[in-house]
Amino acid sequence: MGSVRTAVVGVGQTRHVAARHDVSMAGLVREAAREALDDAGMDFGDVDAVVIGKAPDMFEGVVMPELYLADALGATGKPMLRVHTAGSVGGSTAIVAAKLVMAGIHERVLTVAFEKQSESNATWGLTVEMPFSAPLVAGAGGYFAPLIRAYIRRSGAPSHIGHLVAVKDRRNALRNPKAHLHLPDIDLKAVEESFLLWEPLRYLDTCPSSDGAMALVLGSEDVAATVPGPVAWIHGTAMRSEPTMFAGRDQVNPRAGRECAADVYAQAGVTDPRRDFDCAEVYVPFSWYEPMWLENLGFCAQGEGWKLTESGATALDGDIPWNPSGGVLSSNPIGASGMIRFGEAAQQVRGRAGDCQVPLHTGRALGHAYGGGSQFFSMWVVGAELPA
Amino acid sequence: MSEALVEHHVLEYPGGYTRSVGPALSRYLSGLRDGVIVGVRGADGRVLVPPTEYDPVTAADLDDYVEVGPAGTVVAWTWVAEPRPGKHHLDRSFAFALVRPDGADTAMVHVVDARRPDELAIGARVAPRWAAERHGYVTDLEAWVPLPEGQAASPAPPNAAADASDEAITGIVTPIRLEYDINAGIAASKYLRALGERRIVGQRAVDSDQVYVPPRGSDPTSGAPTEVEVEVGQKGTVTTYCVVNIPGLSENAPEIPYVCAQILLDGSNTPWFGLVHGVAPDDVRMGMRVGAVWVDDPGPNAGSIKWFEPTGAPDAPYEEYKDYA
Amino acid sequence: MRDVAVIGFAQVISARERERNEVELIIPAVRGALADAGIARSEVDFTISGSCDYLSGGPFTFVSGLDAAGAWPPVKESHVEMDAAWALYEAWVAIQTGDVDSALIYGFGKSSLGDLHEIMTLQTDPYTVAPLWPSMVDLAALQASVFLAATGRSDAELAAVAARSRRAALANPYAVAAEDVAEDALLARPVTHAPLRDADIAPITDGAAAMIIAVRDVAERHCERPAYLRGIEHRVDPQGLGLRDLTTSTSATLAAHAAGVADGPVEVAELHAQFSHEELILREALGLGDDVEVNPSGGALGANPVMATGLIRIGEVATRIRSGAVRRGVAHAAQGPCLQQNLVCVLEADR
Repeated sequence: MGSVRTAVVGVGQTRHVAARHDVSMAGLVREAAREALDDAGMDFGDVDAVVIGKAPDMFEGVVMPELYLADALGATGKPMLRVHTAGSVGGSTAIVAAKLVMAGIHERVLTVAFEKQSESNATWGLTVEMPFSAPLVAGAGGYFAPLIRAYIRRSGAPSHIGHLVAVKDRRNALRNPKAHLHLPDIDLKAVEESFLLWEPLRYLDTCPSSDGAMALVLGSEDVAATVPGPVAWIHGTAMRSEPTMFAGRDQVNPRAGRECAADVYAQAGVTDPRRDFDCAEVYVPFSWYEPMWLENLGFCAQGEGWKLTESGATALDGDIPWNPSGGVLSSNPIGASGMIRFGEAAQQVRGRAGDCQVPLHTGRALGHAYGGGSQFFSMWVVGAELPA
Repeated sequence: MSEALVEHHVLEYPGGYTRSVGPALSRYLSGLRDGVIVGVRGADGRVLVPPTEYDPVTAADLDDYVEVGPAGTVVAWTWVAEPRPGKHHLDRSFAFALVRPDGADTAMVHVVDARRPDELAIGARVAPRWAAERHGYVTDLEAWVPLPEGQAASPAPPNAAADASDEAITGIVTPIRLEYDINAGIAASKYLRALGERRIVGQRAVDSDQVYVPPRGSDPTSGAPTEVEVEVGQKGTVTTYCVVNIPGLSENAPEIPYVCAQILLDGSNTPWFGLVHGVAPDDVRMGMRVGAVWVDDPGPNAGSIKWFEPTGAPDAPYEEYKDYA
Repeated sequence: MRDVAVIGFAQVISARERERNEVELIIPAVRGALADAGIARSEVDFTISGSCDYLSGGPFTFVSGLDAAGAWPPVKESHVEMDAAWALYEAWVAIQTGDVDSALIYGFGKSSLGDLHEIMTLQTDPYTVAPLWPSMVDLAALQASVFLAATGRSDAELAAVAARSRRAALANPYAVAAEDVAEDALLARPVTHAPLRDADIAPITDGAAAMIIAVRDVAERHCERPAYLRGIEHRVDPQGLGLRDLTTSTSATLAAHAAGVADGPVEVAELHAQFSHEELILREALGLGDDVEVNPSGGALGANPVMATGLIRIGEVATRIRSGAVRRGVAHAAQGPCLQQNLVCVLEADR
């Protein structure tokens, strides 16, 4: 951790929908940025630097689109960075922005992550067939579903656990006006009867494809003292990566995820995440990843994640709500999804999560993102109180 | 002979990118369709064209639209001797130019349809030549053309497009096609050439016994180069899998339902993604023993192994492969 | 700020690489940089790369790049879709937080796989500029056209830059466009993109470069004469060509000022000029006097492995400082159409 204590002082996001036909790419990112700046009581001119994140450029067909977006985000004459770490990018981008403040380089940093997937098609963008590579004929689900099966075999989890998560996160999303999916009639039966895509995954076990943007304003301790609203202090940040494929790699419970969590918990003084957090916003693009990440992130013992989910502990009224915003299962503008997790965690500890708000006891929350073949991880811990 | 395999690759989103344009470009593109050039007044009073939703310096919202042109002045130019088919919309030599329309304070990137480079000069006067059929695209202004001294630009002809409408343009479709010659690399080429001989060849890590299939040229754990080739078995164990019920993600995808599996080939230490056929999807199991089925005429490509089929041998015990699943 | 120095650097360059893929170019670059620094991979705290998916024609190029870096046990790692000079910046920031003390930075790209000049068209406004398909050379030629007209300079001055670069490249084993050529001889060659000639345009180049940086105590342990990053700053301009004064590079000037270029004598400068006129623009924008030796490596006109070219400029200056040839120098990286985004780095030895 750097020497300058750093806080999230503004949060903004677009509403997330399948296709934002009413905005340009610039309009999309400005909508989120403007809301975050308003929240922080700032304007573009107050910002020292801009950090932009998104997933592959082929989604929008613009090479390094931050160059085209620089002046739309008020970066003219300022430092601007573009991060791309696959699915974890939203989280990594927020961390890079936070480090600029922690290191004492800047006082106020605007960070924006976005994806406008409706410019093309996410499945196409993720699985462009390259010469010589064995084609990923089955898409992202075809990659992750076998890992889910391996988890089920390893843990002995009953087959309905994933569906419970699919229902829980969509019910949470009904409280979130910005969420893409609003499925008022969602229940276990609806999930069980939805189309079987990649057995064991059904249609409603998977995330949607969304257009959307998320923005945060990060400020130093001095800045935090001057902003109008409550802030979310950053108690720890961590990133870890491991190769896609090597002998003996545990793809179900990746070591990079475990070590990333251990690092960020150590920085924040978290010893028992289930007890020490009021909630967690965790990157769960397929329902089964909730129990899998519960174990990976140390919220329970190995093999016990599904029991936590089944017990209702991760529900909005449980003792450790996961994804009170509705999560990736309810909104997935890929490049922004990680930052949405980080930002929603911040909103919770600020007491600004609206109808998704959980009761604050410890005043701390976890934001999490992952990407690639479960190999890139980024996490932060935010708290209502100044870090120790 | 070059050892590495090379293959042509086309990167193209089918049908082109569908771009929603937002308010400023809606005004601009609707204007082009209607035969006028629209700019916007910036925070400092400058008239910017094409219009942006935001001031380029302060990022303030802009919405004070003004009509500019129709004539303009060349600010910069360069000659394109040979237009590229499928990219450039003009089919003979032309100039790219920065043109500042009258009444605007900024110049726009566009083309000038001149016969020869010597018709162009910085400061030359140009006028728009409008496409007869206009749909709300940047090439509705087909080209700027030299404007003889003393002449005024003529107004745009009525839009001859059959589907001409007055509704605001809200979106455009931009085709993007890029072509590449991808080379597989040294390690992958050796692996692919072996496939053409019905052999599966990986590489062994230098500082461990681990065998990587397909080989990547390095041990990803250390980054150390791998050069020792090892032929591995054509039979293996399904470590995990899924049944795919979603069609058409790839033209190479088989008919649904099909089984997509991670297979640990005998002698390899990395699971391999492959299809399992010759068995009902419901009968596929973790631990099932499967063998490679080759196409009739294998070549140096990943498609040489058609799929894997059960060998009929007893399943591998979970303990044997659990570290790979 | 913590003192951070370049302690290792390596590059792997090829005009049009037919054998090795990206990973196979990165492997020797990373190992070369580690060997140059005399540091073990496991001793390096942070890893970051810079690359561009569109160069390789598919998404997530950087993911397989990690196979070449070595990432087990799991590493603290990041990636920017930017020239690796900006990866260096992010690594420098990570060190400034106190979280890490050293970093491996690498950049890579194979410009020869596709049509680089056409690919870079897609950096422009996707609604009003990219659909017309001006290549990056066309756009640079527009800037050259404005620059020459406004300054009254001639294309002979462009040819002087090109000739000097190509001659300097003769001494650089990594250059791909080197020749003993006089300015007059270049002027006799055809103008291909008015007012530019082929020699004014950086050659298509494949390659990778890797660098090791570390805080002072680590640097002093591994390196006799570390090249310290005294200032590293970057700025961006609006993209719209009509919105900018193309006779200069405002963001380069801002970055140079912030990095402290003028705070001491500049003995050598490596400028990321992909076109001859860009060097002339950058010399003025950075405030470099006529006595400054510019691009002794031949610069990007000698070799331009896109996404690594900027990092190589920093590596070239660092190498000259570490060897004792100079004490203080300036390195510059750029990306975006017509020098839209610029990074300036001041490097210096203690003595």
